Amino acid sequence: MAKRLLVRGNEAICRGAIEAGCRYYFGYPITPQNDIPEYMSREMPNVNGVFIQAESEIASVNMVMGAAATGARAMTSSSSPGISLKMEAISYMAGMELPCLIVNISRSGPGLGGIDASQGDYFQAVKGGGHGGYHILVLAPASIQEMYDLTMLAFDLAEIYRIPAMILGDAVVGQMKEPLVPHPRPDRELPAKDWALRGKSGGEQRYIKSLYLGDGELEAHNWKLYAKYQEMKAKESRWEDFLTSDADLIVTGFGSAARIAKTAVMMAREEGLKVGLLRPITLFPFPSAAFAERTLRCKKILDVELNTGQMVEDVRLSVARDAEVHFYGRPSGTGSLPTPEEILGQIKKYY
Amino acid sequence: MHQVFKRPVSLKDVQTHFCPGCHHGTIHRLVAEALDEFGLQQETIGIASIGCSVFLYYYFDIDVIETPHGRAPAVATGVKRARPDRFVFTYQGDGDLAAIGTAEIIHAANRGEHISVVFVNNTTYGMTGGQMAPTTLLGQRTSTSPTGRKPEVEGFPIRMAELLSGLDGVAFSARAAVNTPKNLMDAKKQIKKAFRYQGEGKGFSFVEVLAACPTNWGMNAIEANERVGREMCEYFKLGTFKNTAGL
Repeated sequence: MAKRLLVRGNEAICRGAIEAGCRYYFGYPITPQNDIPEYMSREMPNVNGVFIQAESEIASVNMVMGAAATGARAMTSSSSPGISLKMEAISYMAGMELPCLIVNISRSGPGLGGIDASQGDYFQAVKGGGHGGYHILVLAPASIQEMYDLTMLAFDLAEIYRIPAMILGDAVVGQMKEPLVPHPRPDRELPAKDWALRGKSGGEQRYIKSLYLGDGELEAHNWKLYAKYQEMKAKESRWEDFLTSDADLIVTGFGSAARIAKTAVMMAREEGLKVGLLRPITLFPFPSAAFAERTLRCKKILDVELNTGQMVEDVRLSVARDAEVHFYGRPSGTGSLPTPEEILGQIKKYY
Repeated sequence: MHQVFKRPVSLKDVQTHFCPGCHHGTIHRLVAEALDEFGLQQETIGIASIGCSVFLYYYFDIDVIETPHGRAPAVATGVKRARPDRFVFTYQGDGDLAAIGTAEIIHAANRGEHISVVFVNNTTYGMTGGQMAPTTLLGQRTSTSPTGRKPEVEGFPIRMAELLSGLDGVAFSARAAVNTPKNLMDAKKQIKKAFRYQGEGKGFSFVEVLAACPTNWGMNAIEANERVGREMCEYFKLGTFKNTAGL
């Protein structure tokens, strides 16, 4: 039997990153993700890796840019206000098509907000939180095992599509402990990094940039990025399907909210209600087709989020025209995490 | 026949976008000569900044990454930590390095990153049209200090080479100019010294080069060149402020 560990979500991310070959971590302290830089500062030297606590969130993500430009697997992590500061560089790296990993163990806002689990950063993560109109890959783990698995997947997909990747979690999935079964990175064919800076080394000059001033150049670059996003949408949309095939009402939500919702769905099933759960795992690309297909038959959707309604906009754009989309949200703060019973009440209200 | 003058191989045979009398072209050449003379072209990764220096990759025949405004020393840190066997230098202007990128340069220097920094100080934001920079001299008129820089309003010009020399992480810090043949020769020596520091693994090296921006100063090339000697060298003293290995 495979070895099982009892670890926190934040540690699972670190273990997944190191297993995926990431040897460069650059970060800055912010609650509730400090376990990540602390773990990396301890473990990176043991794998001949580099850990730097930078002078700022901005510097740390720009260090990621530099390491990523050489083709190395590099990452940073932070929490909401820190992610806002990183957005400049994330936009640059989207334009430069640099693969890397940014972890957001998000906290509540706006502003300094609080440190409770929150999903207030959905828009920022999936709609291009920085300037200029772009997307990055966004993965939303709902368990400690997924924190590990999706971190590895994020590095691979980032390289395949030459795109920054983000793990969007929160204090619930970051701080809680669950069993984790570590395993080697699954084999996946990865493209050659013929763009990575290495000093000419006898070859052609390489440069990495996001400035395009020539006639038509920037438009062409943006259409190229757009085509990449479309390809990702077709090939990389991922979701969890839990008992939706016969469901009369499908609950949806991502990350920690989906965990609570799943318990509510099981409680509903025990009462004989035909309720299922459809949980997007990739938030960008959003699994629109999964919603379209299921709402051909099931016409009731209940979306649960730890905010006042963000992912619900993508759900509404994805469902069949005659489907009803209901929303139940709790913008986060101390004492604002919904209970399964509370969500069960919402299920019964719309069932 | 013995060739006495040629284009450095690290520099491409292309026309630059620099204005007549601008010193960027001259400083580019000195940097390229230094790369050539140390045989570094094939193993160099250049870090471009934002401003007139952004097109490093069009003019240098080396690998280059273009970075967000002021962040070149942080990006250079990532590059050098990932590829410690490569030669890494940033090329930054005064708005980039001494204003928006102050935190990045100070902390890269303080960590003693094994990188070299070429800092071009022309007392103005060149590419955006001549706004006030942190290095703008007192009384100097710019498009955002139209009646001249006043210390009680805008503070004082920052002397970066001296400021950085106070940090323990800095191994070499110097200031040079390219306004006269003598200064130009000295500037090349200082750039080469800075590059030697990195090549020999001796730590963080910094060279500030005073430069003319005739277009934004409202001067012709000769007047601008003269201003460098008359006004800038007066406030920004040329010299070596730190040379820990005595190179």
